Amino acid sequence: MSLTLAFRNLFHDRVRLAVTLIGILFSIVLVAVQLGLYLGARGMIISMIDRADGDLWIMAYGTKNFEEAQPIRARERYVALATPDVVSAVPLVTAFTDWRKPTGGSTLVVVIGADAEDGGLAPWNVVEGDASGLGVRDAVMVDKTYLAELGVSGVGDTAQVGTARVRVTGLTEGIRSFTVTPFVFTTLNRARQLIDMPAENITYVLVKVRPGADVQKVRDEIRTSLPDSEVLTRDEFRARSLAHWLFATGAGVALLGGAILGLIVGTVIVAQTLYSSTKDHLAEFATLRALGSSSGYINKVILMQAGLSALIGYALGMSIALAIVYLSEHTALPIVMSPGLAALLLGLTVAMCAISALSAIGKVMRIDPAMVFNR
Amino acid sequence: MTAAATTPQTQDAAPAVPGVVLEARDIVKELGHGAGKVRALKGVSLQLNVGELTLLMGPSGSGKTTLLSILGCILTPTSGSLTVAGEPTGGLTPEALAGLRRRHVGFIFQSYNLFPTLTAEENVRLALDVRGSRGSDAIVAAQRALQKVGLRHKLKSYPANLSGGEQQRVAVARSLVGAPSVILADEPTAALDSENGVAVMSLLSQIARDKTRAVLAVTHDPRTVPYADRILRIEDGLIVGEERRAEGVETVHELARTRKRKANA
Repeated sequence: MSLTLAFRNLFHDRVRLAVTLIGILFSIVLVAVQLGLYLGARGMIISMIDRADGDLWIMAYGTKNFEEAQPIRARERYVALATPDVVSAVPLVTAFTDWRKPTGGSTLVVVIGADAEDGGLAPWNVVEGDASGLGVRDAVMVDKTYLAELGVSGVGDTAQVGTARVRVTGLTEGIRSFTVTPFVFTTLNRARQLIDMPAENITYVLVKVRPGADVQKVRDEIRTSLPDSEVLTRDEFRARSLAHWLFATGAGVALLGGAILGLIVGTVIVAQTLYSSTKDHLAEFATLRALGSSSGYINKVILMQAGLSALIGYALGMSIALAIVYLSEHTALPIVMSPGLAALLLGLTVAMCAISALSAIGKVMRIDPAMVFNR
Repeated sequence: MTAAATTPQTQDAAPAVPGVVLEARDIVKELGHGAGKVRALKGVSLQLNVGELTLLMGPSGSGKTTLLSILGCILTPTSGSLTVAGEPTGGLTPEALAGLRRRHVGFIFQSYNLFPTLTAEENVRLALDVRGSRGSDAIVAAQRALQKVGLRHKLKSYPANLSGGEQQRVAVARSLVGAPSVILADEPTAALDSENGVAVMSLLSQIARDKTRAVLAVTHDPRTVPYADRILRIEDGLIVGEERRAEGVETVHELARTRKRKANA
């Protein structure tokens, strides 16, 4: 009966219900978009680090993220290889450079150079061509998302990077950059050529540690051997990149701030409408009290009203949020909706409505049941 | 019962008398604070017996509703004692008082106080739900209660689709369904026309006759008098008279004057 009463109270005033649901809906959509953008950004920032086959990263001191790294000496790879428990040490080159469009004009790109046989960092989500095809003269692979940005239409098109000619031999899908700068995959030597890097330099060494070995210990040993470079575990490099892009630049703070704002706005709207609804039904709650209902029973009715609002608002809000996610799928800044985020949003919505119910419960707790005689 | 009602101030704190389901002794209720403080009840004592329909009559402002609220454990007295179905109410928390109402008291209100979003059957079932009684048993009990008040055919009707008399009968069914020891009715006929008022009073009289509970109705409606087993008169916060149908009308003006003198002293 408490659920029936909560349901009827909720649906009795359709206008108020609509206001409540719109409040929850906007809140959910805002939070979903903000957190989805945050997750999307996070995924883009760490995608290269997660995809690269390395337990440890050797890099120049002060490197803040994957894209912006200074060169180090290639021979440091051999120092790493000489360290006990190191299975492999693969060189990797990355740098910003200009891509000159065949149609005229240029755009900034991040060239990533690694040899397929080393297994360091190969393009993934390949939808056309093959990563092994990068060995072909002038070959590069780019992501479909950036074709227009790069001024090419697909495989076979050519462009100029630095002073060299490149030809698109394969396409990936969904490999995007947080800086909206397209990634261009190629071989190690061709990357050096494109960014005009001397042969004795590289950007990273990806170190693979023997399974079961203590990664921290190996890292410390390499650090001792390479005092001029920085050695980070995968987690450390990931955390540093996220800290730089999301927090040092303020981008992540803005996204999280927007999400918190959405929650606050939603909570205020739901609290206001729920309080107002409770006030309208106060005489009924007083009657319940006079009939001998416990305060717990009445609180249950109010919380059920809040819970029903939460579930309906969540269903509507998630429908819109998923539509936005779908529409953003092929953009440079996709919004991510993971099962975890969907569950988090449900939890936040229920919590938001439960917190909103507190003011209504407070009002009911102050009911004078004697008011039943004054109606 | 006459003795209990007419000589309450001299009564000792004795164990509950068999048949007495509610006993109030020297109930005083002060309302307001400071200079605005009003003594609404000045020492009321009474007993309610099973099988009796008692009317509490008096002019506006005489303390009828305040007394009803205290007898129904909705308000707590400033002083005095109240025992409902053998359970003393003194010192109980609001939650404990709610529990006592749940177990022993049924209410009927002047404005019916039905839930407009619930059907007649659901309104009655709600009184069982707060008592923790749910499921098919509760549905059957609610339907029986509505059948008892002649509304078997209106189970699925919402209050808005019921006449005033029918709404009050639903309220009567709701008060009955939890099998309380005491039913307290506040002006049960005030909002009803003559025909419906008679029907409701007849129903309350029948309910009182089943010897399992006492019924007290606060009223100033003279149409209700023929249905009463007993009438208590209240004036200025004091019971000033009692009339028993079986014994004819006993005016007790002298007693009233004595009590007033005592209270003022």
